[in-house]
Amino acid sequence: MSFEWLHPVLIATALVLAAVGAVRRVNLWRAGQADQINLIAGLMAMPGRYLHDLHDIVERDKYMSKTHAATGGGFVLSAVLIILVHMLGINSQILAWALMASLVLMFVGALFVFKRRLDPPSRISKGPWMRLPKSLLSFAGAFFVLTLPAAGVLPEGTGGVLLTLFLTALIIWGMGELFFGMTWGGPMKHAFAGALHLAFHRRQERFGGGRSTGLKPVDLSVAADQGSVLGVAKPTDFKWTQLLGFDACVQCGKCEAMCPAFAAGQPLNPKKLIQDMVVGLAGGSDAKFAGSAYPGKEIGNAKGGPNQIITEGLIDPETLWSCTTCRACVEECPMMIEHVDAVVDMRRYLTMEKGSTPNKGAEVLDNIIATDNPNGYAPASRTNWAADQNLNVLSDVKETEVLFWVSDGAFDMRSQRILRSFVKLLKAADVDFAVLGDEELDCGDVARRLGDDATFQSLAKRNLETMAKYKFKRIVTTDPHAYHCLRNEYNDLGFDGLKDVEVLHHTTYLNELVQQGKLKLDNLSAGTVTYHDPCYLGRYNGEYEAPRELLRSLGVEIAEMERSGFRSRCCGGGGGAPITDIPGERRIADMRMEDVNTTGAELVAVGCQQCTAMLEGVVEPRPEVKDIAEILAGQLIEEMH
Amino acid sequence: MQHKQTEQRFANDLNIVSLISVGKHPQSGRERRAEQDGRAVELGMSLNAENLTVLHAGDPQQNALRSYAGMGLNSIRVLEMDPAADAIAPLSSYLKQHSPDIVLAGVRAESGESSGMVPYQLAEQLGWPLVSRIADIISVEGGVAEILQALPRGQRRALKVRLPFVASVDNAAQEARQSAFGPASRAALDLQSTQSTTDVIRDEWSEAPARKRPKRLKKVKATTAAERFKAATAKAQSDGGKVMKNEPAAEQAQAIFDLLLEEGVLR
Repeated sequence: MSFEWLHPVLIATALVLAAVGAVRRVNLWRAGQADQINLIAGLMAMPGRYLHDLHDIVERDKYMSKTHAATGGGFVLSAVLIILVHMLGINSQILAWALMASLVLMFVGALFVFKRRLDPPSRISKGPWMRLPKSLLSFAGAFFVLTLPAAGVLPEGTGGVLLTLFLTALIIWGMGELFFGMTWGGPMKHAFAGALHLAFHRRQERFGGGRSTGLKPVDLSVAADQGSVLGVAKPTDFKWTQLLGFDACVQCGKCEAMCPAFAAGQPLNPKKLIQDMVVGLAGGSDAKFAGSAYPGKEIGNAKGGPNQIITEGLIDPETLWSCTTCRACVEECPMMIEHVDAVVDMRRYLTMEKGSTPNKGAEVLDNIIATDNPNGYAPASRTNWAADQNLNVLSDVKETEVLFWVSDGAFDMRSQRILRSFVKLLKAADVDFAVLGDEELDCGDVARRLGDDATFQSLAKRNLETMAKYKFKRIVTTDPHAYHCLRNEYNDLGFDGLKDVEVLHHTTYLNELVQQGKLKLDNLSAGTVTYHDPCYLGRYNGEYEAPRELLRSLGVEIAEMERSGFRSRCCGGGGGAPITDIPGERRIADMRMEDVNTTGAELVAVGCQQCTAMLEGVVEPRPEVKDIAEILAGQLIEEMH
Repeated sequence: MQHKQTEQRFANDLNIVSLISVGKHPQSGRERRAEQDGRAVELGMSLNAENLTVLHAGDPQQNALRSYAGMGLNSIRVLEMDPAADAIAPLSSYLKQHSPDIVLAGVRAESGESSGMVPYQLAEQLGWPLVSRIADIISVEGGVAEILQALPRGQRRALKVRLPFVASVDNAAQEARQSAFGPASRAALDLQSTQSTTDVIRDEWSEAPARKRPKRLKKVKATTAAERFKAATAKAQSDGGKVMKNEPAAEQAQAIFDLLLEEGVLR
């Protein structure tokens, strides 16, 4: 082949340009706020995280995981070998053969990418992503031919000027996409940003099978400083690790496919949200976005920049308020991007700086501030529901085995049925338990999801101070939202009152009692039964089994919905969504009830009063909705004395 | 409810003072932004946010003041005094000194005496007209304000009042906008010390929660569903009364005296 000098120069040029782009991109991320991350440890752990944590999620789609392993693995190996063989000119047949093998691997992978893009599902982005498989094929193909002489298959100098020019054109295209495009914002950016995102993820606890779902507290000590901003107003108000995370998005749209608000036709698409964040951090408009729009909104009108207010031009606040914080997007994201953190960060600005929580938001927050419950009931009436229950109150007994956290369900007549059932079961199992009575306050969940972290922190601190006065070993609650706050969010506030306390959901605790034989239960014959996983119990806390075991202990064979377990669809009741009530085409609860109906169930078992309220709000005829505690209490064999 | 974004409907030279007090939540008894005073601030902000003075006479440490500030105020002026003292004197001397165009206040406070006398006494001391229970100020032109006064059952009365005047703001006025924590924390409290006199009479009182007053039963003589519905929903209207405008004063006084006798107020 002619022009011996050409290809090394081209490769070196592409690499230098890629390095320049990398520096430029890194500077975009560094415009964010400081974050405590161990850079070296992160980088060291990165390959392992790619192979395990990330790959485990991709593995849910076998076709894609094999395709990606071949393409990505083949490319990384090829890139290293190309530098050795073609740029540095190391003359080794072994290296050349290894390079050819890895290029074949990459080529085969790319063929499968190509095949999937022939008839792509609506969730994945088109546009530049449609050319990616062709770029991969030309990169792998051209370098393969180029390596033949080095491997000794073809004599040196085979082919004329035309072939060389043709191969050179393919190589420029391939390297343009794969080296240059990786740092200058093409589809391959996901590899560069994604690798670093895995290294410097804001929630390092998530790796190695861990769970990290509690929202990070706002630093309120700066609230009174002139010029300070609570929450995220501009892209640069995010932590730099969050900006990096947004940039890692591969636009696979798995989040979009799972998002209940998107399916309901509310103006939210988690994928578009993340891409809008990328528009924000890099500056520009969303005109080039080649995926699904926010339902009801057109693409091309959003403009933003690193120092521009996000909700003034880039994102409509309605988009942020549509989120139910169900975490289905986060659970599904192969890049482990934290959508919910971003949504709540921006809500915090809207609530704590702009005072623009929509619909009933302001009223509910005012009520919580004035009465410690969202509906403005008299605080002294909190324990009225238990007037006939003869419960121990901690202010009297001071010490107990189990603190029963009643939650705001105390004020709601439907939820009170759940509370009574649970009390009946506790009494039947002879558990030493007590309640806080009127000393209990709202746990702060709603205030926090609505962006009012000041009110959340105030409630949490007062609750912690109350609990610090008493002795107990465990907290059990029937409300997964309170469960999440107590278990995962109260610990960030500088109190260690709950350090040695085990926080449990009532299904976990009841399951324990049943396993220990402390509850005698009759079998249930209620026809077909299905179980709805509450988001804050399942995805937020990983409890999928206890409620199912309880149902099985009643002799029930659960007819599982297609979307159950970690893929459970939200009931629409989380994140303050019923309060902000952003209009859509359908109601999320109706869609969930359709899921239930496809199983033919006559009874939906639920483990959350909010889910109960949402699902019972669906017009009849529909299956009966009951909390697990209610079902169990109904089957209790009471011993006669 | 979405509040109207109608900030600055008028020229910037209009000077408005909204008076605020410490409210009390009816269920928890906790201190808060008072409902009607919040509306007075909202109305003031929508008229002229630039030249609005939000004024409180009492304890500057009071946390409830912050919830007014959270509506987006840069500062709150506080005439520092014992919260139990009479606020009329310091307020009226402040208002005399600064002579604003409009003074807005709630109809009555949610705590303390809650007599609803503050706007009346201020108007008397200043020698200004008082407009009670207003719902909105439509326009201010040539020194005359066009005002909507709230009447029962959603009725409104259009009034024209010459500046300056004092107005009490009814529950029918635009609801106060949401209070945000950030601006609430950052607002400046602009303190002024005052000479206040102890309210000697009030000192002798003891406070107790109010008892619910018995309601007079309505006689329902309805024969149709529509009438029953009206009887159930309508506020008691003052029917059977009469308007006496042109009669001599003695005759008017006699009519009032007779009514008081009839109602058993006088024996």
